[in-house]
Amino acid sequence: MSGTFTKSMARNIFYGGTVFFALLFLALTFDSMQTIPKRDNRANLTPSVIAGKKVWEVNNCIGCHTLMGEGAYFAPELGNVYKRRGPEFIKAWIQSQPTGAPGRRQMPNFHLTEQQLNDLVEFLKYSSEINTANWPPNIEG
Amino acid sequence: MQYSSQAVAKPYFIAAIGLFTGQVLFGLIMGLQYVIGDFLFPAIPFNVARMVHTNLLIVWLLFGFMGAAYYMIPEETETELYSPKLALLMFWVFLVAGAATILGYLLVPYATLAKFTGNDILETMGREFLEQPLLTKIGIVVVALVFLFNLTMTMLKGRKTSISLVLMIGLWGLALFFLFSFYNPHNLVLDKYFWWWVVHLWVEGVWELILGALLAFVLIKVTGVDREVIEKWLYVIITMTLVTGIIGTGHHYFWIGAPEYWQWWGSVFSALEPIPFFAMTVFAFNMVNRRRREHPNKAATLWALGTGVMSFLGAGVWGFLHTLAPVNYYTHGTQITAAHGHMAFYGAYAMVVLCIISYAMPILRGRAANSEKSQVLEMWSFWLMTVAMVFITLFLTAAGILQVWLQRYSSTPIPFMAAQDQVAIFYWLREGAGVMFLIGLLIYIASFFVSGETKAKAA
Repeated sequence: MSGTFTKSMARNIFYGGTVFFALLFLALTFDSMQTIPKRDNRANLTPSVIAGKKVWEVNNCIGCHTLMGEGAYFAPELGNVYKRRGPEFIKAWIQSQPTGAPGRRQMPNFHLTEQQLNDLVEFLKYSSEINTANWPPNIEG
Repeated sequence: MQYSSQAVAKPYFIAAIGLFTGQVLFGLIMGLQYVIGDFLFPAIPFNVARMVHTNLLIVWLLFGFMGAAYYMIPEETETELYSPKLALLMFWVFLVAGAATILGYLLVPYATLAKFTGNDILETMGREFLEQPLLTKIGIVVVALVFLFNLTMTMLKGRKTSISLVLMIGLWGLALFFLFSFYNPHNLVLDKYFWWWVVHLWVEGVWELILGALLAFVLIKVTGVDREVIEKWLYVIITMTLVTGIIGTGHHYFWIGAPEYWQWWGSVFSALEPIPFFAMTVFAFNMVNRRRREHPNKAATLWALGTGVMSFLGAGVWGFLHTLAPVNYYTHGTQITAAHGHMAFYGAYAMVVLCIISYAMPILRGRAANSEKSQVLEMWSFWLMTVAMVFITLFLTAAGILQVWLQRYSSTPIPFMAAQDQVAIFYWLREGAGVMFLIGLLIYIASFFVSGETKAKAA
Protein backbone atom coordinates (compact mmCIF):
# COMPACT_ATOMS: atom_id res chain seq x y z
CA MET A 1 0.00 0.00 0.00
CA SER A 2 2.95 2.31 -0.31
CA GLY A 3 5.57 3.32 -2.82
CA THR A 4 4.35 3.90 -6.32
CA PHE A 5 0.71 2.97 -5.82
CA THR A 6 -0.95 6.32 -5.27
CA LYS A 7 -4.43 7.37 -4.22
CA SER A 8 -5.28 8.68 -7.65
CA MET A 9 -4.35 5.32 -9.17
CA ALA A 10 -6.65 3.61 -6.65
CA ARG A 11 -9.42 6.08 -7.54
CA ASN A 12 -9.04 5.45 -11.25
CA ILE A 13 -9.17 1.69 -10.75
CA PHE A 14 -12.32 2.19 -8.69
CA TYR A 15 -14.08 4.16 -11.41
CA GLY A 16 -12.82 1.94 -14.22
CA GLY A 17 -13.60 -1.31 -12.41
CA THR A 18 -17.05 -0.17 -11.38
CA VAL A 19 -18.03 1.03 -14.84
CA PHE A 20 -16.69 -2.14 -16.48
CA PHE A 21 -18.55 -4.52 -14.17
CA ALA A 22 -21.72 -2.43 -14.19
CA LEU A 23 -21.72 -2.62 -18.00
CA LEU A 24 -21.04 -6.35 -17.88
CA PHE A 25 -23.97 -6.75 -15.48
CA LEU A 26 -26.21 -4.76 -17.82
CA ALA A 27 -25.11 -6.92 -20.75
CA LEU A 28 -25.88 -10.10 -18.81
CA THR A 29 -29.23 -8.63 -17.82
CA PHE A 30 -29.96 -7.81 -21.45
CA ASP A 31 -29.13 -11.40 -22.39
CA SER A 32 -31.24 -12.73 -19.49
CA MET A 33 -34.22 -10.79 -20.78
CA GLN A 34 -33.88 -12.66 -24.08
CA THR A 35 -33.82 -16.06 -22.34
CA ILE A 36 -36.31 -15.51 -19.54
CA PRO A 37 -39.41 -15.68 -21.80
CA LYS A 38 -38.60 -19.37 -22.39
CA ARG A 39 -38.57 -20.06 -18.64
CA ASP A 40 -41.00 -17.70 -16.91
CA ASN A 41 -44.30 -19.31 -17.96
CA ARG A 42 -45.52 -16.00 -19.34
CA ALA A 43 -47.95 -17.73 -21.68
CA ASN A 44 -50.07 -18.50 -18.63
CA LEU A 45 -49.98 -15.00 -17.20
CA THR A 46 -53.79 -14.66 -17.35
CA PRO A 47 -55.87 -11.85 -15.80
CA SER A 48 -56.72 -14.29 -13.01
CA VAL A 49 -53.03 -14.93 -12.29
CA ILE A 50 -52.36 -11.19 -12.25
CA ALA A 51 -55.27 -10.67 -9.85
CA GLY A 52 -53.97 -13.55 -7.75
CA LYS A 53 -50.53 -11.97 -7.50
CA LYS A 54 -52.21 -8.87 -6.10
CA VAL A 55 -54.10 -10.95 -3.52
CA TRP A 56 -50.75 -12.49 -2.58
CA GLU A 57 -49.20 -9.04 -2.20
CA VAL A 58 -51.89 -7.08 -0.37
CA ASN A 59 -52.18 -9.77 2.29
CA ASN A 60 -48.43 -9.79 2.85
CA CYS A 61 -48.12 -13.55 2.41
CA ILE A 62 -44.35 -13.11 2.00
CA GLY A 63 -44.22 -11.97 5.66
CA CYS A 64 -44.44 -15.64 6.76
CA HIS A 65 -43.94 -17.80 3.66
CA THR A 66 -41.24 -18.13 1.05
CA LEU A 67 -42.04 -18.07 -2.66
CA MET A 68 -39.23 -19.70 -4.66
CA GLY A 69 -37.18 -19.54 -1.50
CA GLU A 70 -37.56 -15.79 -0.96
CA GLY A 71 -39.53 -14.28 1.88
CA ALA A 72 -39.86 -15.21 5.55
CA TYR A 73 -38.92 -18.61 6.94
CA PHE A 74 -41.79 -18.98 9.41
CA ALA A 75 -44.14 -20.99 7.22
CA PRO A 76 -43.88 -23.42 4.27
CA GLU A 77 -42.53 -22.68 0.80
CA LEU A 78 -45.43 -21.91 -1.53
CA GLY A 79 -43.71 -21.79 -4.94
CA ASN A 80 -44.53 -25.46 -5.37
CA VAL A 81 -47.54 -25.73 -3.02
CA TYR A 82 -49.88 -26.20 -5.98
CA LYS A 83 -48.04 -29.40 -6.86
CA ARG A 84 -47.71 -30.47 -3.22
CA ARG A 85 -51.32 -29.95 -2.15
CA GLY A 86 -53.50 -29.19 -5.16
CA PRO A 87 -56.09 -26.41 -5.64
CA GLU A 88 -58.91 -27.65 -3.40
CA PHE A 89 -56.70 -28.26 -0.39
CA ILE A 90 -55.15 -24.79 -0.71
CA LYS A 91 -58.54 -23.10 -0.75
CA ALA A 92 -59.92 -25.13 2.12
CA TRP A 93 -56.79 -24.54 4.15
CA ILE A 94 -56.89 -20.76 3.72
CA GLN A 95 -60.59 -20.67 4.62
CA SER A 96 -60.18 -22.75 7.75
CA GLN A 97 -57.54 -20.48 9.31
CA PRO A 98 -56.71 -19.83 12.06
CA THR A 99 -56.61 -23.34 13.47
CA GLY A 100 -56.53 -22.06 17.02
CA ALA A 101 -54.46 -25.11 18.06
CA PRO A 102 -52.78 -24.04 21.30
CA GLY A 103 -49.09 -23.21 20.95
CA ARG A 104 -49.06 -23.80 17.19
CA ARG A 105 -48.09 -21.15 14.64
CA GLN A 106 -51.22 -19.34 13.54
CA MET A 107 -52.17 -18.00 10.14
CA PRO A 108 -54.76 -15.20 10.13
CA ASN A 109 -58.03 -15.51 8.25
CA PHE A 110 -57.87 -13.01 5.40
CA HIS A 111 -61.60 -13.22 4.55
CA LEU A 112 -60.95 -13.86 0.88
CA THR A 113 -63.86 -14.11 -1.53
CA GLU A 114 -64.35 -17.17 -3.73
CA GLN A 115 -63.03 -15.14 -6.65
CA GLN A 116 -59.92 -14.08 -4.72
CA LEU A 117 -59.28 -17.67 -3.63
CA ASN A 118 -59.50 -18.86 -7.23
CA ASP A 119 -57.18 -16.10 -8.42
CA LEU A 120 -54.66 -16.88 -5.70
CA VAL A 121 -54.69 -20.56 -6.63
CA GLU A 122 -54.18 -19.62 -10.27
CA PHE A 123 -51.21 -17.48 -9.26
CA LEU A 124 -49.72 -20.36 -7.27
CA LYS A 125 -50.29 -22.71 -10.21
CA TYR A 126 -48.50 -20.28 -12.54
CA SER A 127 -45.65 -19.91 -10.03
CA SER A 128 -45.23 -23.66 -9.75
CA GLU A 129 -44.77 -23.91 -13.54
CA ILE A 130 -41.87 -21.45 -13.76
CA ASN A 131 -38.59 -23.15 -14.71
CA THR A 132 -36.60 -22.83 -11.47
CA ALA A 133 -33.68 -25.06 -12.47
CA ASN A 134 -35.28 -27.95 -10.62
CA TRP A 135 -35.56 -26.13 -7.29
CA PRO A 136 -36.71 -26.99 -4.61
CA PRO A 137 -34.89 -30.31 -4.18
CA ASN A 138 -38.09 -32.17 -3.32
CA ILE A 139 -41.82 -31.65 -3.02
CA GLU A 140 -41.63 -30.53 0.64
CA GLY A 141 -40.11 -27.24 -0.54
CA MET B 1 -17.73 20.38 17.17
CA GLN B 2 -16.07 22.36 14.42
CA TYR B 3 -19.18 23.53 12.56
CA SER B 4 -22.39 24.48 14.33
CA SER B 5 -24.57 22.97 11.58
CA GLN B 6 -23.22 19.52 12.43
CA ALA B 7 -25.63 19.65 15.36
CA VAL B 8 -28.51 18.55 13.09
CA ALA B 9 -27.02 15.06 13.24
CA LYS B 10 -28.04 14.70 16.89
CA PRO B 11 -31.80 14.14 16.48
CA TYR B 12 -31.07 11.69 13.66
CA PHE B 13 -28.84 9.63 15.95
CA ILE B 14 -31.36 9.71 18.80
CA ALA B 15 -34.14 8.56 16.47
CA ALA B 16 -31.91 5.80 15.12
CA ILE B 17 -31.29 4.40 18.60
CA GLY B 18 -34.99 4.64 19.48
CA LEU B 19 -36.08 2.77 16.37
CA PHE B 20 -33.29 0.22 16.88
CA THR B 21 -34.81 -0.55 20.27
CA GLY B 22 -38.20 -1.06 18.64
CA GLN B 23 -36.63 -3.38 16.08
CA VAL B 24 -35.08 -5.55 18.79
CA LEU B 25 -38.34 -5.75 20.77
CA PHE B 26 -40.22 -6.96 17.70
CA GLY B 27 -37.41 -9.40 17.02
CA LEU B 28 -37.97 -10.90 20.45
CA ILE B 29 -41.72 -11.17 19.78
CA MET B 30 -41.04 -13.03 16.53
CA GLY B 31 -38.43 -15.23 18.15
CA LEU B 32 -41.01 -16.30 20.70
CA GLN B 33 -43.63 -16.88 18.00
CA TYR B 34 -41.21 -19.37 16.43
CA VAL B 35 -41.70 -21.60 19.45
CA ILE B 36 -44.98 -20.43 20.98
CA GLY B 37 -46.83 -20.11 17.71
CA ASP B 38 -49.92 -18.34 19.04
CA PHE B 39 -48.05 -15.76 21.13
CA LEU B 40 -49.80 -12.38 20.68
CA PHE B 41 -52.05 -13.86 17.98
CA PRO B 42 -54.23 -12.41 16.54
CA ALA B 43 -53.14 -8.98 17.84
CA ILE B 44 -49.72 -9.13 16.15
CA PRO B 45 -49.49 -11.91 13.56
CA PHE B 46 -45.97 -12.96 12.59
CA ASN B 47 -46.07 -11.29 9.19
CA VAL B 48 -46.90 -7.95 10.82
CA ALA B 49 -44.17 -8.32 13.45
CA ARG B 50 -41.64 -9.19 10.74
CA MET B 51 -42.59 -6.24 8.61
CA VAL B 52 -42.14 -3.96 11.63
CA HIS B 53 -38.83 -5.66 12.51
CA THR B 54 -37.27 -5.36 9.05
CA ASN B 55 -38.72 -1.95 8.19
CA LEU B 56 -37.54 -0.49 11.50
CA LEU B 57 -34.10 -1.85 10.68
CA ILE B 58 -34.04 -0.13 7.31
CA VAL B 59 -35.41 3.13 8.71
CA TRP B 60 -33.04 3.32 11.68
CA LEU B 61 -30.06 2.59 9.48
CA LEU B 62 -31.22 5.33 7.10
CA PHE B 63 -31.54 7.70 10.06
CA GLY B 64 -28.03 6.66 11.06
CA PHE B 65 -26.62 7.18 7.56
CA MET B 66 -28.28 10.58 7.26
CA GLY B 67 -27.10 11.66 10.70
CA ALA B 68 -23.61 10.46 9.82
CA ALA B 69 -23.64 12.40 6.55
CA TYR B 70 -24.88 15.59 8.23
CA TYR B 71 -22.12 15.23 10.79
CA MET B 72 -19.33 14.29 8.38
CA ILE B 73 -19.93 16.45 5.34
CA PRO B 74 -19.45 19.88 7.01
CA GLU B 75 -16.23 18.66 8.61
CA GLU B 76 -14.97 17.05 5.41
CA THR B 77 -15.91 19.98 3.18
CA GLU B 78 -14.80 22.51 5.82
CA THR B 79 -17.94 24.56 5.44
CA GLU B 80 -21.31 24.88 7.15
CA LEU B 81 -24.19 22.80 5.89
CA TYR B 82 -26.08 24.40 2.99
CA SER B 83 -29.32 24.44 4.98
CA PRO B 84 -29.54 23.11 8.55
CA LYS B 85 -33.22 24.11 8.64
CA LEU B 86 -34.02 21.87 5.69
CA ALA B 87 -32.17 19.04 7.40
CA LEU B 88 -34.25 19.44 10.56
CA LEU B 89 -37.47 19.72 8.58
CA MET B 90 -36.65 16.48 6.75
CA PHE B 91 -35.91 14.84 10.07
CA TRP B 92 -39.44 15.48 11.25
CA VAL B 93 -40.99 14.52 7.91
CA PHE B 94 -39.11 11.22 7.91
CA LEU B 95 -39.85 10.49 11.56
CA VAL B 96 -43.57 11.21 11.24
CA ALA B 97 -43.85 9.25 7.97
CA GLY B 98 -41.94 6.34 9.49
CA ALA B 99 -44.00 6.29 12.68
CA ALA B 100 -47.27 6.57 10.74
CA THR B 101 -46.23 3.65 8.54
CA ILE B 102 -45.34 1.43 11.50
CA LEU B 103 -48.63 2.33 13.21
CA GLY B 104 -50.42 1.54 9.97
CA TYR B 105 -48.85 -1.93 9.93
CA LEU B 106 -49.83 -2.55 13.54
CA LEU B 107 -53.33 -1.09 13.63
CA VAL B 108 -54.86 -1.76 10.23
CA PRO B 109 -55.09 -5.01 8.25
CA TYR B 110 -52.44 -4.85 5.53
CA ALA B 111 -54.99 -5.23 2.72
CA THR B 112 -56.94 -2.25 4.10
CA LEU B 113 -53.77 -0.22 4.40
CA ALA B 114 -52.98 -1.04 0.77
CA LYS B 115 -56.45 0.02 -0.32
CA PHE B 116 -56.37 3.40 1.40
CA THR B 117 -52.81 4.39 0.49
CA GLY B 118 -53.00 4.20 -3.26
CA ASN B 119 -51.78 0.67 -3.92
CA ASP B 120 -54.52 0.32 -6.55
CA ILE B 121 -53.01 3.23 -8.47
CA LEU B 122 -49.50 1.74 -8.48
CA GLU B 123 -49.06 -1.73 -6.99
CA THR B 124 -45.79 -1.72 -5.09
CA MET B 125 -46.70 -3.29 -1.74
CA GLY B 126 -46.44 -6.80 -0.34
CA ARG B 127 -42.89 -7.54 -1.42
CA GLU B 128 -40.28 -8.40 1.18
CA PHE B 129 -38.61 -5.29 2.69
CA LEU B 130 -40.55 -3.08 0.27
CA GLU B 131 -43.85 -3.41 2.15
CA GLN B 132 -44.19 0.36 2.62
CA PRO B 133 -47.37 1.97 1.29
CA LEU B 134 -46.99 3.98 -1.91
CA LEU B 135 -47.25 7.24 0.04
CA THR B 136 -44.40 6.21 2.32
CA LYS B 137 -42.28 5.19 -0.66
CA ILE B 138 -42.86 8.58 -2.25
CA GLY B 139 -42.04 10.18 1.10
CA ILE B 140 -38.75 8.28 1.24
CA VAL B 141 -37.84 9.53 -2.22
CA VAL B 142 -38.70 13.14 -1.31
CA VAL B 143 -36.71 13.01 1.93
CA ALA B 144 -33.78 11.37 0.14
CA LEU B 145 -33.75 13.94 -2.65
CA VAL B 146 -33.92 16.92 -0.29
CA PHE B 147 -31.19 15.33 1.84
CA LEU B 148 -28.98 14.74 -1.20
CA PHE B 149 -29.65 18.25 -2.51
CA ASN B 150 -28.64 19.71 0.85
CA LEU B 151 -25.42 17.73 1.01
CA THR B 152 -24.50 18.14 -2.64
CA MET B 153 -24.90 21.92 -2.34
CA THR B 154 -22.68 21.81 0.73
CA MET B 155 -20.05 19.84 -1.11
CA LEU B 156 -20.09 22.14 -4.11
CA LYS B 157 -19.11 25.12 -1.96
CA GLY B 158 -16.44 23.32 0.05
CA ARG B 159 -13.40 21.07 0.02
CA LYS B 160 -13.91 17.84 -1.89
CA THR B 161 -12.34 14.89 -0.12
CA SER B 162 -12.38 11.29 -1.27
CA ILE B 163 -14.30 10.22 1.84
CA SER B 164 -17.09 12.69 1.19
CA LEU B 165 -17.13 11.78 -2.50
CA VAL B 166 -17.44 8.06 -1.76
CA LEU B 167 -20.13 8.77 0.82
CA MET B 168 -22.09 10.83 -1.67
CA ILE B 169 -21.77 8.20 -4.43
CA GLY B 170 -23.10 5.65 -1.94
CA LEU B 171 -26.00 7.85 -0.90
CA TRP B 172 -26.95 8.82 -4.45
CA GLY B 173 -26.79 5.15 -5.38
CA LEU B 174 -29.05 4.33 -2.46
CA ALA B 175 -31.68 6.79 -3.70
CA LEU B 176 -31.30 5.72 -7.32
CA PHE B 177 -31.71 1.99 -6.72
CA PHE B 178 -34.69 2.58 -4.42
CA LEU B 179 -36.55 3.74 -7.51
CA PHE B 180 -36.77 0.09 -8.61
CA SER B 181 -39.17 -0.42 -5.68
CA PHE B 182 -41.78 1.34 -7.84
CA TYR B 183 -41.38 -1.26 -10.57
CA ASN B 184 -43.50 -4.32 -9.89
CA PRO B 185 -44.22 -6.26 -13.07
CA HIS B 186 -47.00 -8.88 -13.08
CA ASN B 187 -44.43 -11.40 -14.30
CA LEU B 188 -43.06 -12.94 -11.09
CA VAL B 189 -39.64 -13.71 -12.56
CA LEU B 190 -39.10 -10.12 -13.67
CA ASP B 191 -40.53 -8.87 -10.38
CA LYS B 192 -37.94 -10.88 -8.45
CA TYR B 193 -35.14 -10.08 -10.89
CA PHE B 194 -35.47 -6.34 -10.43
CA TRP B 195 -36.50 -6.49 -6.75
CA TRP B 196 -32.91 -7.49 -6.14
CA TRP B 197 -31.73 -4.28 -7.79
CA VAL B 198 -33.02 -2.57 -4.68
CA VAL B 199 -32.14 -5.17 -2.09
CA HIS B 200 -28.84 -6.63 -3.28
CA LEU B 201 -27.44 -3.52 -4.94
CA TRP B 202 -28.16 -1.73 -1.66
CA VAL B 203 -26.64 -4.04 0.90
CA GLU B 204 -23.93 -5.67 -1.20
CA GLY B 205 -23.32 -2.58 -3.30
CA VAL B 206 -23.82 1.08 -2.55
CA TRP B 207 -24.38 0.68 1.20
CA GLU B 208 -20.87 -0.74 1.43
CA LEU B 209 -19.57 2.55 0.03
CA ILE B 210 -21.38 4.35 2.85
CA LEU B 211 -19.98 1.81 5.32
CA GLY B 212 -16.46 2.32 4.00
CA ALA B 213 -16.73 6.11 4.12
CA LEU B 214 -18.06 6.12 7.71
CA LEU B 215 -15.36 3.75 8.86
CA ALA B 216 -12.61 5.69 7.09
CA PHE B 217 -13.83 8.94 8.65
CA VAL B 218 -13.82 7.56 12.18
CA LEU B 219 -10.42 5.91 11.64
CA ILE B 220 -8.85 9.19 10.51
CA LYS B 221 -10.24 10.89 13.60
CA VAL B 222 -9.32 8.31 16.21
CA THR B 223 -5.95 7.21 14.82
CA GLY B 224 -4.62 10.40 13.28
CA VAL B 225 -3.20 8.35 10.39
CA ASP B 226 -2.54 10.33 7.23
CA ARG B 227 -5.67 10.93 5.16
CA GLU B 228 -3.86 9.94 1.95
CA VAL B 229 -3.21 6.46 3.33
CA ILE B 230 -6.74 5.93 4.60
CA GLU B 231 -8.41 7.19 1.45
CA LYS B 232 -6.21 4.97 -0.70
CA TRP B 233 -7.38 1.99 1.35
CA LEU B 234 -10.95 3.15 1.00
CA TYR B 235 -10.71 3.20 -2.80
CA VAL B 236 -9.11 -0.24 -2.90
CA ILE B 237 -11.81 -1.69 -0.65
CA ILE B 238 -14.76 -0.23 -2.49
CA THR B 239 -13.26 -1.25 -5.82
CA MET B 240 -13.25 -4.85 -4.66
CA THR B 241 -16.75 -4.38 -3.26
CA LEU B 242 -18.29 -3.31 -6.53
CA VAL B 243 -16.17 -5.52 -8.78
CA THR B 244 -17.40 -8.58 -6.86
CA GLY B 245 -20.78 -7.32 -5.65
CA ILE B 246 -22.39 -6.13 -8.87
CA ILE B 247 -22.09 -9.42 -10.75
CA GLY B 248 -22.50 -11.11 -7.34
CA THR B 249 -26.19 -10.18 -7.66
CA GLY B 250 -26.28 -13.38 -9.68
CA HIS B 251 -26.30 -15.49 -6.51
CA HIS B 252 -29.95 -14.48 -6.17
CA TYR B 253 -30.74 -15.56 -9.72
CA PHE B 254 -30.11 -19.29 -9.28
CA TRP B 255 -33.67 -20.52 -8.65
CA ILE B 256 -36.08 -17.78 -9.68
CA GLY B 257 -36.43 -18.56 -13.36
CA ALA B 258 -33.40 -16.63 -14.65
CA PRO B 259 -30.95 -18.31 -17.09
CA GLU B 260 -28.83 -21.01 -15.51
CA TYR B 261 -25.50 -19.39 -16.42
CA TRP B 262 -26.15 -17.21 -13.37
CA GLN B 263 -25.19 -20.23 -11.27
CA TRP B 264 -21.65 -19.72 -12.56
CA TRP B 265 -21.51 -15.95 -12.59
CA GLY B 266 -23.22 -15.70 -9.21
CA SER B 267 -21.12 -18.40 -7.53
CA VAL B 268 -17.76 -17.16 -8.77
CA PHE B 269 -18.25 -13.46 -8.13
CA SER B 270 -20.08 -13.78 -4.83
CA ALA B 271 -17.40 -16.21 -3.63
CA LEU B 272 -15.07 -13.22 -3.97
CA GLU B 273 -17.33 -10.90 -1.97
CA PRO B 274 -15.63 -11.75 1.36
CA ILE B 275 -12.37 -10.21 0.07
CA PRO B 276 -13.38 -6.55 0.51
CA PHE B 277 -14.73 -7.35 3.97
CA PHE B 278 -11.49 -9.05 4.90
CA ALA B 279 -9.61 -6.04 3.58
CA MET B 280 -11.80 -3.83 5.76
CA THR B 281 -10.82 -5.80 8.87
CA VAL B 282 -7.12 -5.64 7.98
CA PHE B 283 -7.56 -1.94 7.24
CA ALA B 284 -9.19 -1.16 10.60
CA PHE B 285 -6.59 -3.07 12.65
CA ASN B 286 -3.71 -1.75 10.58
CA MET B 287 -4.76 1.87 11.01
CA VAL B 288 -5.33 1.48 14.75
CA ASN B 289 -1.89 -0.15 15.12
CA ARG B 290 -0.28 2.69 13.21
CA ARG B 291 -2.11 5.35 15.20
CA ARG B 292 -0.30 8.62 15.76
CA ARG B 293 -2.39 9.72 18.70
CA GLU B 294 -4.26 8.27 21.64
CA HIS B 295 -7.82 9.41 21.16
CA PRO B 296 -9.73 9.58 24.47
CA ASN B 297 -12.74 7.87 22.86
CA LYS B 298 -11.77 4.21 23.29
CA ALA B 299 -15.33 3.03 22.70
CA ALA B 300 -15.46 4.46 19.18
CA THR B 301 -12.21 2.67 18.31
CA LEU B 302 -13.67 -0.56 19.63
CA TRP B 303 -16.78 -0.15 17.45
CA ALA B 304 -14.56 0.53 14.42
CA LEU B 305 -12.55 -2.65 14.96
CA GLY B 306 -15.74 -4.56 15.72
CA THR B 307 -17.34 -3.43 12.48
CA GLY B 308 -14.40 -4.78 10.52
CA VAL B 309 -14.42 -8.17 12.21
CA MET B 310 -18.16 -8.69 12.41
CA SER B 311 -18.91 -7.54 8.88
CA PHE B 312 -16.26 -9.97 7.63
CA LEU B 313 -17.79 -12.81 9.67
CA GLY B 314 -21.43 -11.99 8.99
CA ALA B 315 -21.38 -10.76 5.42
CA GLY B 316 -18.17 -12.44 4.30
CA VAL B 317 -17.92 -15.85 5.95
CA TRP B 318 -21.62 -16.52 6.54
CA GLY B 319 -22.39 -15.24 3.07
CA PHE B 320 -19.81 -17.52 1.50
CA LEU B 321 -21.15 -20.52 3.47
CA HIS B 322 -24.24 -20.76 1.31
CA THR B 323 -23.42 -18.77 -1.81
CA LEU B 324 -22.12 -21.51 -4.11
CA ALA B 325 -24.96 -22.76 -6.29
CA PRO B 326 -24.65 -26.49 -5.42
CA VAL B 327 -24.80 -25.58 -1.70
CA ASN B 328 -27.45 -22.92 -2.13
CA TYR B 329 -29.65 -25.47 -3.91
CA TYR B 330 -30.21 -27.02 -0.48
CA THR B 331 -29.90 -23.99 1.81
CA HIS B 332 -31.89 -21.41 -0.17
CA GLY B 333 -34.64 -19.89 1.97
CA THR B 334 -33.81 -21.74 5.18
CA GLN B 335 -32.70 -20.60 8.63
CA ILE B 336 -29.17 -20.43 7.21
CA THR B 337 -30.31 -17.43 5.19
CA ALA B 338 -31.73 -15.94 8.39
CA ALA B 339 -28.47 -16.58 10.27
CA HIS B 340 -26.45 -14.80 7.58
CA GLY B 341 -28.93 -11.92 7.41
CA HIS B 342 -28.73 -11.26 11.14
CA MET B 343 -24.97 -11.21 11.50
CA ALA B 344 -24.36 -9.37 8.24
CA PHE B 345 -26.77 -6.55 9.02
CA TYR B 346 -25.52 -6.24 12.57
CA GLY B 347 -21.83 -6.56 11.76
CA ALA B 348 -21.76 -4.30 8.75
CA TYR B 349 -24.49 -1.72 9.12
CA ALA B 350 -25.77 -1.64 12.69
CA MET B 351 -22.22 -1.58 14.02
CA VAL B 352 -20.92 1.11 11.69
CA VAL B 353 -23.83 3.37 12.62
CA LEU B 354 -23.20 2.71 16.31
CA CYS B 355 -19.52 3.45 15.59
CA ILE B 356 -20.15 6.89 14.11
CA ILE B 357 -22.67 7.63 16.89
CA SER B 358 -20.07 6.58 19.44
CA TYR B 359 -17.54 8.94 17.90
CA ALA B 360 -19.81 11.89 17.12
CA MET B 361 -22.33 11.94 19.94
CA PRO B 362 -19.93 13.01 22.73
CA ILE B 363 -18.67 15.83 20.48
CA LEU B 364 -22.24 16.86 19.70
CA ARG B 365 -22.77 16.98 23.46
CA GLY B 366 -19.74 19.24 23.90
CA ARG B 367 -16.91 16.90 24.88
CA ALA B 368 -14.20 15.01 23.01
CA ALA B 369 -15.18 11.74 24.66
CA ASN B 370 -17.47 10.45 27.34
CA SER B 371 -16.34 9.82 30.90
CA GLU B 372 -14.41 6.65 31.69
CA LYS B 373 -17.48 5.27 33.47
CA SER B 374 -19.75 5.86 30.50
CA GLN B 375 -17.25 4.35 28.06
CA VAL B 376 -16.82 1.24 30.17
CA LEU B 377 -20.58 0.79 30.10
CA GLU B 378 -20.67 1.33 26.35
CA MET B 379 -17.93 -1.24 25.84
CA TRP B 380 -19.86 -3.71 27.98
CA SER B 381 -22.85 -3.16 25.71
CA PHE B 382 -20.60 -3.69 22.69
CA TRP B 383 -19.51 -7.10 23.96
CA LEU B 384 -22.97 -8.16 25.12
CA MET B 385 -24.66 -7.27 21.84
CA THR B 386 -21.86 -8.64 19.68
CA VAL B 387 -21.49 -11.93 21.55
CA ALA B 388 -25.30 -12.27 21.63
CA MET B 389 -25.38 -11.80 17.86
CA VAL B 390 -22.69 -14.44 17.41
CA PHE B 391 -24.86 -16.86 19.38
CA ILE B 392 -28.04 -15.92 17.53
CA THR B 393 -26.17 -16.66 14.31
CA LEU B 394 -24.73 -19.96 15.54
CA PHE B 395 -28.12 -21.19 16.80
CA LEU B 396 -29.88 -20.23 13.59
CA THR B 397 -27.13 -21.91 11.60
CA ALA B 398 -27.57 -25.09 13.63
CA ALA B 399 -31.34 -24.91 13.10
CA GLY B 400 -30.73 -24.33 9.40
CA ILE B 401 -28.38 -27.26 8.93
CA LEU B 402 -30.84 -29.57 10.64
CA GLN B 403 -33.70 -28.13 8.64
CA VAL B 404 -31.82 -28.70 5.39
CA TRP B 405 -31.05 -32.26 6.40
CA LEU B 406 -34.58 -33.17 7.52
CA GLN B 407 -36.56 -31.36 4.88
CA ARG B 408 -34.30 -31.18 1.83
CA TYR B 409 -31.36 -33.58 1.87
CA SER B 410 -32.51 -36.75 3.59
CA SER B 411 -33.79 -39.65 1.49
CA THR B 412 -37.09 -39.39 3.36
CA PRO B 413 -37.75 -35.66 3.52
CA ILE B 414 -40.29 -34.50 6.11
CA PRO B 415 -42.74 -31.57 5.79
CA PHE B 416 -41.74 -28.02 6.75
CA MET B 417 -43.67 -27.83 10.02
CA ALA B 418 -42.50 -31.27 11.13
CA ALA B 419 -38.91 -30.15 10.58
CA GLN B 420 -39.58 -26.93 12.51
CA ASP B 421 -40.74 -28.95 15.52
CA GLN B 422 -37.52 -30.96 15.40
CA VAL B 423 -35.29 -27.89 15.60
CA ALA B 424 -37.30 -25.99 18.23
CA ILE B 425 -34.56 -26.26 20.85
CA PHE B 426 -32.35 -23.99 18.74
CA TYR B 427 -35.13 -21.41 18.48
CA TRP B 428 -35.35 -21.37 22.27
CA LEU B 429 -31.60 -20.88 22.52
CA ARG B 430 -31.77 -18.13 19.91
CA GLU B 431 -34.47 -16.38 21.95
CA GLY B 432 -32.21 -16.55 24.98
CA ALA B 433 -29.40 -14.95 23.01
CA GLY B 434 -31.93 -12.36 21.88
CA VAL B 435 -32.68 -11.44 25.49
CA MET B 436 -28.95 -11.04 26.04
CA PHE B 437 -28.86 -8.71 23.03
CA LEU B 438 -31.67 -6.62 24.53
CA ILE B 439 -29.80 -6.36 27.85
CA GLY B 440 -26.76 -5.16 25.91
CA LEU B 441 -28.88 -2.59 24.11
CA LEU B 442 -30.38 -1.30 27.37
CA ILE B 443 -26.89 -0.91 28.82
CA TYR B 444 -25.90 0.90 25.64
CA ILE B 445 -28.76 3.36 26.11
CA ALA B 446 -27.92 3.72 29.81
CA SER B 447 -24.34 4.67 28.88
CA PHE B 448 -25.70 7.95 27.46
CA PHE B 449 -27.10 8.92 30.84
CA VAL B 450 -24.08 8.07 32.96
CA SER B 451 -22.10 11.11 33.94
CA GLY B 452 -18.83 11.08 35.84
CA GLU B 453 -15.83 13.17 35.10
CA THR B 454 -15.77 14.43 31.56
CA LYS B 455 -12.72 14.55 29.41
CA ALA B 456 -11.34 17.72 27.90
CA LYS B 457 -13.76 19.85 25.93
CA ALA B 458 -13.94 19.24 22.21
CA ALA B 459 -11.85 21.52 20.08
